[in-house]
Amino acid sequence: MTIRTLRDYGQHYRPRMACLKNVEVFVVEMQDPKSGVKGADQKLNVTIIPHVINGQDILAWIVTKMKVTTEEAQAFGTMLVAYGYIYPLQNHRKLVLVPDSTLYRFQTPYFWPVQKWPAEDIDYAIYLARRNIRKKGMLEPYEQQHYDNLHKWMNPKWDFIVMQATEQYKANKERKKPDRVVLDCQERAYWIVHRPPVLTFDVVRRTNIFLTQALMRSAVKSSVSLTAFVKFVTTHHNHDPFLTTPVPSNPWITDSDEFWQLNSRSVDIPTKLSVERWVLSFWELISDPRGRVDFKLFLKKEHSAENMAFYEAAEEMRWGAASAIPEKSQFIFNTFLKPGAPRWINIDGRTMGLTVKGLVVPHRYVLDAAQTHIFLLMKKDTFYRYLKSPVHKDMQKRALVPAPHVFTDAQLEANVRNRNPGVSPILQWQQEEEEKAAAAVAARPIDVKAMVATNKLDRK
Amino acid sequence: MNSPPHFICTPFSLMACQGLASGETLKSLKAESETLRKKLEEERKKLHDVELEKVAEKAEALGELNMKTRRTLKGHGNKVLCMDWCKDKRRIVSSSQDGKVIVWDAFTTNKEHAVTMPTTWVMACAYAPSGCAIACGGLDNKCSVYPLSLDKDENLAAKKKSVAMHTNYLSGCTFTNSDMQILTSSGDGTSALWDVESGQLLQSFHGHSADVLTLDLAPSETGNTFVSGGSDKKANVWDLRSGQNVQSFDTHDSDINCVKYYPSGDAFASASDDSTCRLFDLRADREVSIYSKDSIMFGAASVDFSLSGRLLFAGYNDYTINVWDVLKGTRVAILFGHENRVSSLRVSPDGTAFCSGSWDNTLRVRQEGRGVVRELKQGGTTPYLKNIFLFN
Repeated sequence: MTIRTLRDYGQHYRPRMACLKNVEVFVVEMQDPKSGVKGADQKLNVTIIPHVINGQDILAWIVTKMKVTTEEAQAFGTMLVAYGYIYPLQNHRKLVLVPDSTLYRFQTPYFWPVQKWPAEDIDYAIYLARRNIRKKGMLEPYEQQHYDNLHKWMNPKWDFIVMQATEQYKANKERKKPDRVVLDCQERAYWIVHRPPVLTFDVVRRTNIFLTQALMRSAVKSSVSLTAFVKFVTTHHNHDPFLTTPVPSNPWITDSDEFWQLNSRSVDIPTKLSVERWVLSFWELISDPRGRVDFKLFLKKEHSAENMAFYEAAEEMRWGAASAIPEKSQFIFNTFLKPGAPRWINIDGRTMGLTVKGLVVPHRYVLDAAQTHIFLLMKKDTFYRYLKSPVHKDMQKRALVPAPHVFTDAQLEANVRNRNPGVSPILQWQQEEEEKAAAAVAARPIDVKAMVATNKLDRK
Repeated sequence: MNSPPHFICTPFSLMACQGLASGETLKSLKAESETLRKKLEEERKKLHDVELEKVAEKAEALGELNMKTRRTLKGHGNKVLCMDWCKDKRRIVSSSQDGKVIVWDAFTTNKEHAVTMPTTWVMACAYAPSGCAIACGGLDNKCSVYPLSLDKDENLAAKKKSVAMHTNYLSGCTFTNSDMQILTSSGDGTSALWDVESGQLLQSFHGHSADVLTLDLAPSETGNTFVSGGSDKKANVWDLRSGQNVQSFDTHDSDINCVKYYPSGDAFASASDDSTCRLFDLRADREVSIYSKDSIMFGAASVDFSLSGRLLFAGYNDYTINVWDVLKGTRVAILFGHENRVSSLRVSPDGTAFCSGSWDNTLRVRQEGRGVVRELKQGGTTPYLKNIFLFN
């Protein structure tokens, strides 16, 4: 008695089943008469069914063979049933492994999901013929080449090939459109990998250019880069919520969002953990919105806020809309780069020259050189001065160490009921944009004439 | 209306397409390839002076990890295919096979927005950095951006914007550092960078010889590169500005389903159908670790790192999630719970939890530690395009 699982025998490819080769080896071992799972004849209704195995034995065999826990073996066993290597005798709709006396049998290899046969020329010819029918003669040039070649040397079999192709084409039409598209993609990808287009000279040239460039690029010794990974992990250990319990508590566990509130952008006093993280690197400092606020405060005291302002403006241009580029580049030039600009940035002559020249025909990367220069300046100099500054030292002292939450069961239940919906990101974004606009107005240079005109400087 | 795509011809493409110079033949070019390849291998071998396991001996051992499902999001009517976190650390967007894209507040488990796409198999979805929009796409070969609204009754589909146009299905999409640009990967073998406002193609990336299945943008300060993985078993690193393929890794034995950068930006991990996950060191230009076990035979569909980069979470086609110790190469935990393939997995932006979407139509948010487990159902899962079984 064999139970079939629906399969389309017309299409022999089975892409993306590389892993199943290993599964097959495993299943073959399971069926070994000496060392495999013990089977017996079983009487079911009136018939006697040979080679029947039960769920418990299967599970025990997997546990011993793979040296895993029962839970894992259970999951793997269920996979074997789900993929059709083993099938249940009674409840054939429920494809799971039940670890008791439920009866199963091994499926015959002909019905295994993976195609063991290598990509046959005949299969490829059928595929191309079918594609030809569907696309009404419009094949890719390399496909056309393959097709012509196959047609030449497979001529006697051609009628058979066309017949198969037509059959499959008709069968395909009966499927739902999305399924058809999906299968088509799978099949196409399979043949691209197994029957790749013949390499033309420009493809080989491209490879050569790539390899030459790779040789020119300097790589780092493994000892250096791997030590850097270990260092990164060690320094960030305390900040990883999966390794160190966050204080006051992880919002997902206690349903209290205080952790997020204490680390938000607009909080007055940041947590000690945040401040420690800012010290790790300049990038960490400006990636944390609260950290950036602190850094800007320091820059304001130092009267060197134009560097950060330029960096932010350049970032906005780089990642912004294409239509805004001419306007932004003009603004940046007038504010930061032209001689006598109100917020003139101090970069070396060569970079300045290149940047100004590039701004004649602005594109989004025109400020890259200047931006990198300013970023490195802030990273290597300003950042260290910030760390030694009273602004930062004061913040370190004042930083909070929130006490860890201790909730009773009743309180936890209450937390679940009263989960804070928080502020919608859309509202927060609007708020931030308003703040930015206000800051931009405040940073604009004071126009003395305008002030006199509106009598603001009038001392009377 | 999108302007017709124009391919930015780099000087290298022009060089490659020039006719054969005198004395050059296809054979001589291929021979040159071989020589260059051997030379590159030699150079890289010289730098290969230590293995990750040796260096990792200094790192302290991990304690036992006890992870529980904290939220189960139920609400999708079909398989969940993709999900992404919002920068506010609590909201999630997920897309499913039936064409529905849902935005959830995973903390309260409320559904905030829902969009029905005109196509099924929405394989890619992404949350904008501002939290004000989402992008999604799939079999329609397009990537569409939907601005989100505070008004719950507003029909989001009315403001939909078609941004990317590919010639085959969309497999992945992500916003860059702002809402104004989108990076997409497609079954047509290319990746592309688009300007959201105008729908203009800013840069296209050619080099994969089969479908591109996944991509991830680099987190580093320069933020100029991204990595993509494809059906051709290759993982390629690209320069956003020039469109050039700067590094390539082809040690996998089968399709690469997912790639993710290491938090420092100096490495990336990949998940493949060959049932392994691997770590690639970008500075040393080689593969440094393979995360595999004999008992894991089914393809890995999705990976992500914890905040410190010590843990690697990987979702597999055998319904499980394995947690790996990145440095020591050992498996730290195996998580059950999903009733079908795990199709996508992401750690939240502040690392407080991770969410896994599965073909069993749900999304689960998990975290470490003791605590009362709460069941929240909602969510959908969508399976990967490649995994269709015509089972009865």
